[in-house]
Amino acid sequence: MEILLEAKNLSKNYVKTTGFFTRTQTVIKALDNISVSIKKGITLAVVGESGSGKSTLAKSLIRLIDIDNGSITFRNKNMRTINGDTLKSTRKNIQMIFQDPYASLNPRMKILKIMEEPLKIHKLGDGAAQYSKILSMIKRVGLVEGDLLKYPHQFSGGQRQRIGIARALILEPELVICDEPVSALDVSVQAQIIKLLKSLQKEYGLTYLFITHDLRIVRHIANEVIVMKDGKLIEQGKTDIIFNNPKTNYTKELLASIPGNLSKRK
Amino acid sequence: MKNNILEIKNLKVFPNLNSKLKLVKNISLSLKKGKTTCIVGESGSGKSLTALSVMQLLSSQLSMSGSIFFEGINLLNLSNEEVRRRRGKDIAMIFQEPMTSLNPVLTIGYQIQEAISVHNNLNKVELNSHVLDLLKTVGIPADRVNSYPDELSGGQRQRVMIAMAISCSPKLLIADEPTTALDVTVQAQILNLLNDLKLKFEMTMLFITHDFGVVEDIADDVAVMFQGEIVEQGSVVKVLKNPQHPYTRALLDCVPDAHGRKDLKPIDYVALKELMG
Repeated sequence: MEILLEAKNLSKNYVKTTGFFTRTQTVIKALDNISVSIKKGITLAVVGESGSGKSTLAKSLIRLIDIDNGSITFRNKNMRTINGDTLKSTRKNIQMIFQDPYASLNPRMKILKIMEEPLKIHKLGDGAAQYSKILSMIKRVGLVEGDLLKYPHQFSGGQRQRIGIARALILEPELVICDEPVSALDVSVQAQIIKLLKSLQKEYGLTYLFITHDLRIVRHIANEVIVMKDGKLIEQGKTDIIFNNPKTNYTKELLASIPGNLSKRK
Repeated sequence: MKNNILEIKNLKVFPNLNSKLKLVKNISLSLKKGKTTCIVGESGSGKSLTALSVMQLLSSQLSMSGSIFFEGINLLNLSNEEVRRRRGKDIAMIFQEPMTSLNPVLTIGYQIQEAISVHNNLNKVELNSHVLDLLKTVGIPADRVNSYPDELSGGQRQRVMIAMAISCSPKLLIADEPTTALDVTVQAQILNLLNDLKLKFEMTMLFITHDFGVVEDIADDVAVMFQGEIVEQGSVVKVLKNPQHPYTRALLDCVPDAHGRKDLKPIDYVALKELMG
């Protein structure tokens, strides 16, 4: 299978300074020598508790933060050295859906403007072409034309997440990084969004890097899983294999934490 | 019924300015002593309003009618002073977001002893030892007593909230989505802690959640709420294994299971409306 993105030996340290007079510095290893490869057309889930480095990993892959060491290759391009126009055109191919739909949409922009922005930045088509593209995308995620003239606060959490998805997909990316896209939603809305993400993947042949701490969702959406803890990669493999035959104690503990599994916990 | 600690009868909640709009529509619910009852529902179903009504912490924009019997006394007929004496002592509450419920400029030790000193006459030494006991009970190291909320993790903050809630040995503990903001491993720890405390202090729990997985872990009885009404209630085994109401079935279909055997089915509200008549 074709490999879309390959990251090797990624490291990222954060330095934490404590104390006012006695500046003691502690180094936190957010990413500790991590290698990941993402195959085209699959969903790779990254699981781990808060602070395990999953979001740092996602952000470093699209160069929203710079890593200290390692290499990232996306479609034969070295993500660490490209800049200018090449970086811009590569970023068009990797889009992100964020956790908090309340924080990731600009409250002062109408939905039309939010959707237009990426098209304008990448200079895709004229006004009429852009509008028809936006319209078909917004309908695809389950909203209507009239919604384009509304502001984000006029929508519910689930609808806002649909807008976030439409904005990410309008540039027809190959890789979509979903950073806990359903953790802020309640179960019925969560089911809608997961169903939407799955059908979009089929339609556009998308590749997902899906970050979550909820293993029940992983089971539903992911082909492969990476388990992270304290910046280290604990276990990786096919979803079925990890769920049925976890090798490390940490993965076993995570699996036992799934709600509805009380009897399996100590 | 003698073994019902709390009986809600025909509770209605509505805005002061529009008494026709019922946010909670005529619900009745009894909590058996020493058991955990879960209220499950989507956002906007009225589950938090029900909990706040019991605590009488509703916004001043909202009114309620009906009756809420706690140990045979109708809470709605009591004066503010009498309610205040029970709130925190007989009935305590844990909220969803621990960071917004804790005061960021006071140490956790101070905030825990504040809750105790309102209801008990203790001297400083007794207070201190009580606070340390509580921290030990909820699993926070004693040297954290002088920490501020921002120095603690999300799970620890929720443990502090639990310590405050159980500080006066309440008979009824109301927990409003206490684990929704936490990740799965921490959630499992907090659920275990609440279960242990329930047994240790013989508390009754009213637990609000939207996650059926959590219900399965913690509940004895379940009430399913939809648009301000309780559409189904009963023992957890009965409701989860053999749901009668179409809404309960639809909501259960939304919950991903750990085996990945079933497909997720979002609620089809149009079809549901037809089924419900």
